[in-house]
Amino acid sequence: MTTSVTPDADVIGKRSEHLYFALRNPKVVIGLTIVIGLLLLGVIGPFFLNNDPNEYIGPKSEGPSGDFWLGTTYFGQDVFSQFVHGLRSSYLVGGLGAVIAFAIGLSVGFTAGYRGGIVDELLNMLTNVVLVLPALAVLIVISSYLEVRGVVSQGIIIGLFSWPWVARAVRAQSFTLRNRDYVDLAKLTGKRAPQIIIKEIMPNMASYLLMSVILLFGGAILFAAMLDFIGLGPTNAVSLGTMMQQSMAWSALHLGLWWWFVPPGVAITAIVGSLYITNVGLDEVFNPKLREM
Amino acid sequence: MGRYFRRKLLIYGITFFIAVTINFAIPRLMPGDPVARMLSRNAVSNPESSEALRSYFDNLFGLDVPMWQQYLNYWGALFQGDLGVSIFAFPSSVSSVVLDALPYTLALLLPSILLSWFVGNGLGAMAARNKLLDNTVLPIGYLFTAVPYMWLAILLAWTGGIILGWFPVAGGYSFALLPAPTWTFFVDLVQHWFLPFLSLFVVALGGWAIGMRNLVIYELESDYTNYMQALGAPQRLVRRYAFRNAMLPQISGLALQLGVVVGGALVTEAVFAYPGLGSLMLNAIQNQDFFLLQGILLFIVIGVLLFNFLADVVYVLVDPRTRLGLEGGQS
Repeated sequence: MTTSVTPDADVIGKRSEHLYFALRNPKVVIGLTIVIGLLLLGVIGPFFLNNDPNEYIGPKSEGPSGDFWLGTTYFGQDVFSQFVHGLRSSYLVGGLGAVIAFAIGLSVGFTAGYRGGIVDELLNMLTNVVLVLPALAVLIVISSYLEVRGVVSQGIIIGLFSWPWVARAVRAQSFTLRNRDYVDLAKLTGKRAPQIIIKEIMPNMASYLLMSVILLFGGAILFAAMLDFIGLGPTNAVSLGTMMQQSMAWSALHLGLWWWFVPPGVAITAIVGSLYITNVGLDEVFNPKLREM
Repeated sequence: MGRYFRRKLLIYGITFFIAVTINFAIPRLMPGDPVARMLSRNAVSNPESSEALRSYFDNLFGLDVPMWQQYLNYWGALFQGDLGVSIFAFPSSVSSVVLDALPYTLALLLPSILLSWFVGNGLGAMAARNKLLDNTVLPIGYLFTAVPYMWLAILLAWTGGIILGWFPVAGGYSFALLPAPTWTFFVDLVQHWFLPFLSLFVVALGGWAIGMRNLVIYELESDYTNYMQALGAPQRLVRRYAFRNAMLPQISGLALQLGVVVGGALVTEAVFAYPGLGSLMLNAIQNQDFFLLQGILLFIVIGVLLFNFLADVVYVLVDPRTRLGLEGGQS
């Protein structure tokens, strides 16, 4: 970055200082632009494509054209319409999975790190156990028993199995933070533990927490796509993973219908990759040592 | 060292116990009745024969005793290596079906995990000292980690298999050949193995390279590096120390990453119809063969735990601090 403008530290607070650097970090800007752009496409797009994504509307197996931007499937469904609806469910699963995993990871990590002792031992044990379990295999077994699967239920079970590393990191961080002077002071003033955690400890790792939500979000999207591809996707909705599954099931590979299986993969890679790059950029924003000035 | 291993073994023991319990509990707690579904699949309309079939299946799968006894029986059968009967391949037992598929999955997983770990670490360490390389390795690394396993597999099958026609895109070996210890069969096997292997190798590569790069840079900023540089130690030596210290988190990372890679192998096999555990799992799901599904999960859990233990042993061998009972390997 070559900006020569330095913010006036007295006037501008810490929060807006971060915003200042974030908006000038190319990694954050590019990453967020892609993520938000695809999100808008997924949210707004379906209103303009007022048809059911699984409706048979066009000629069969046709390549991209002016009428069907991404071509049609083997059965004559509009790939672009499926793609837009799929984006929507991918974001939904990712968001839901990330929020649930974050909530569990945060509570387990803070409880273990702040309380210490036997509570910590037990919670740490639990964390390690879930960490070692091969999550995808467990998810496959669980969702194969669900007869009706929706985007929401998928988000929930993904969230239930992807929290351990957040818990571990939060625990390690609160270990170092709980013995600080200001925490002792807060204890002396008679604040309760949850209050101290929220008011005194959490703000000091806010940047870290934001970054872990972003990683959880990307991870949940990838997990959902893999489950969908195995054939355990939502039974009532289209997703990017089920598009790939359908294209493979109807041998799009051998028929050369590349417009059927390439776009969903590009979208997932773009979303998750942009999230990772945003994360690296945010790291530079929050950690002044890494800023290239 | 004893404490370290005791802790680890306790965790693995509990994990195994919980995995078995999940395995036992899911089918019994979930809504829906597998036996009823199986009966409806066979379309038995006569209520009397349906009842007879039902009690036959209940008896066969041991569902006609109280829950706690089922649980004990489950453990008992497990230790005798009896995982039940597969519905999909009906007369054969789950363990024999799984054991048939296991070599294929292992042949994919072991080389791809180890090779990508070594190559990725090497690339990452090189990227940490070379700005030009860093600027290419980092973006490509993030791209690879963001690619869904099955999509890369599909792309490779499409380009290498369909467009170029260099490799077969499905199966473990040609149907024209019979498994025999001949040279032709071996070449055929390797040809079918290559694309799934490549896709698993490539996806994992980026993560290792990025991790190693960050760790080496972190080590190169630490106090001991500054001290050595102040003493005038040669750059090569300093970097070697940084590399060796950065290896340690990567070894424990290898164990932690394993569950993810196994999941990736399952979907990759599904793309290539490679006859390993992934395709077996797909068949089990499509045929609602829950015993087989659980057997596969159990095998995967055992495999992951064994590999984790192996990584722990390596960690102790590599990091002397764990051997001396000092801080170091986190449990």
